[in-house]
Amino acid sequence: MTRFRWLVPTLYILFLMLPIYWLLNMSFKTTNEILGGFSWFPADFTVASYVKIFTDPTWYSGYINSIIYVGLNTVISVSFALPAAYAFSRYRFLGDKHLFFWLLTNRMAPPAVFALPFLQLYSSVGLFDTHLAVALAHCLFNIPLAVWILEGFISGVPKEIDETAYLDGYSFPRFFTKIFMPLIGSGIGVTAFFCFMFSWVEMLLAKSLTAVEAKPIAAVMTRTASTSGYELGLLAAAGVLTIIPGAIVIYFVRNYIAKGFAMGRV
Amino acid sequence: MEKTLNNKAWFMVLPVLLIVALNAVVPLMTVVNYSVQDTFGDNVFFFEGTRWFSEVLASERFHGALMRQFAFTGTILVIEIPLGVAIALAMPRSGFWASVCLVFMALPLLIPWNVVGAMWNIYALPDIGLLGYGLNWLGIPYDYTQQPLSAWFTVILMDVWHWTSLVVLLAYAGLQSIDDNYYRAAQIDGASRWAVFRYIQLPKMKHVLTIAVLLRFMDSFMIYTEPFVLTGGGPGNSTTVLSIDLVKAALGEFNLGIASAMSIIYFLMTLLVCWLFYSITMQGDQK
Repeated sequence: MTRFRWLVPTLYILFLMLPIYWLLNMSFKTTNEILGGFSWFPADFTVASYVKIFTDPTWYSGYINSIIYVGLNTVISVSFALPAAYAFSRYRFLGDKHLFFWLLTNRMAPPAVFALPFLQLYSSVGLFDTHLAVALAHCLFNIPLAVWILEGFISGVPKEIDETAYLDGYSFPRFFTKIFMPLIGSGIGVTAFFCFMFSWVEMLLAKSLTAVEAKPIAAVMTRTASTSGYELGLLAAAGVLTIIPGAIVIYFVRNYIAKGFAMGRV
Repeated sequence: MEKTLNNKAWFMVLPVLLIVALNAVVPLMTVVNYSVQDTFGDNVFFFEGTRWFSEVLASERFHGALMRQFAFTGTILVIEIPLGVAIALAMPRSGFWASVCLVFMALPLLIPWNVVGAMWNIYALPDIGLLGYGLNWLGIPYDYTQQPLSAWFTVILMDVWHWTSLVVLLAYAGLQSIDDNYYRAAQIDGASRWAVFRYIQLPKMKHVLTIAVLLRFMDSFMIYTEPFVLTGGGPGNSTTVLSIDLVKAALGEFNLGIASAMSIIYFLMTLLVCWLFYSITMQGDQK
């Protein structure tokens, strides 16, 4: 039985890759060929869909907008969550447990509930259709997640290190940036990965908070599907291109993936 | 770890508190506001008390959406958790192939949700999609745009495709933390494969599996984008889960009172599960 153990992950990966292969296959076909019938390979191999996406500003600006708000959100989430996670890990203070619980409830708030109130809130402060609006809105679920993951990693660092640093005459800000942050470097990396991931995949809020200037790639995709007929080849190519940033990020954190997904709490 | 009492720590938490409060409290109050009022337009509102709540709780439509939601969440948990554990057990424990597995398995988790929906939409088309064409070729009548059963099958298969990897990665992390000495001791005692799983691996994975079950429960409970792009809740209402019904009521029919009352009931349910989640994981941390 052990001899065939490799078969299980292999079959599973095959199952995972088939829809992606199909998308790739479609993206190299012309729309006419796609609608013409079923085929395993593109008979009339074309990169026209990709050329169109890279040369048409309405298409590639969608990618740029998405990357801008995702990057902004990752920076905001990690830098805000870091001191808070340290406080939750090291100190007891009035209402700490309730506060932590309340933060976590926001990770579980269904975005569908918030779409309409968010639209009203961000319109009233004049942030509608900006990258900052989407980045801030995604903080709703990313900051609680970041605090939670970082708290797990920080609790893994013995408290004696903090105390020794104070005895050596380090001030708190210097200790935090010079000694502590390098120590939990992998934790910060894993947290940034998760913030990137959840901000990159969320499209409902991103779509409802933008119109023209900060429109994410998802909105561009739905609009194209409805206005210019059913351009499947273009849609497939756009889909393939949204997978690439994720694949690059995974490659960089591949050694931390397993531990990271357990959020430092194995 | 012993924590010191320090109320000044509040200042370190304050920035997080402000930014999350802006995002959580203000919209939540808006929803609460709508849920007890009615309007005839022109921004004139009347207090309605609990009318919307009793209307929602009594409506067939809400019951239907709730039932479908529980059926969906239950089914994917029953499939994804055992499957994820089985795959994690069969994975190589270290080395090049372990990295290859991890990278490929993590990939679906980083695809935007609307793209997941669009990808499966194409993949399952009965005439030109690999899945739809393949099933029909095998003689199974399959068309997710027409038959509710096919639509259900597709939505569940899509979720299994999308999220089983999360369970695999969590279970794998749990397995990695087991010291080799446990396995050696089991070998000396002549323990069977099943005994090793039951008395060593499963207890060690208990904590991460709790996280997996609850994360999957909550995330599948608020699923919206993928089934919306795939089936739009159809055919008929057959795949209309809670979030889809909610958005339909709020933005499609502009029935703000009903939609808000639904939101709050929905939110209270997630709050309850969240409380369970919190007490269970915190208990684990204290051990």
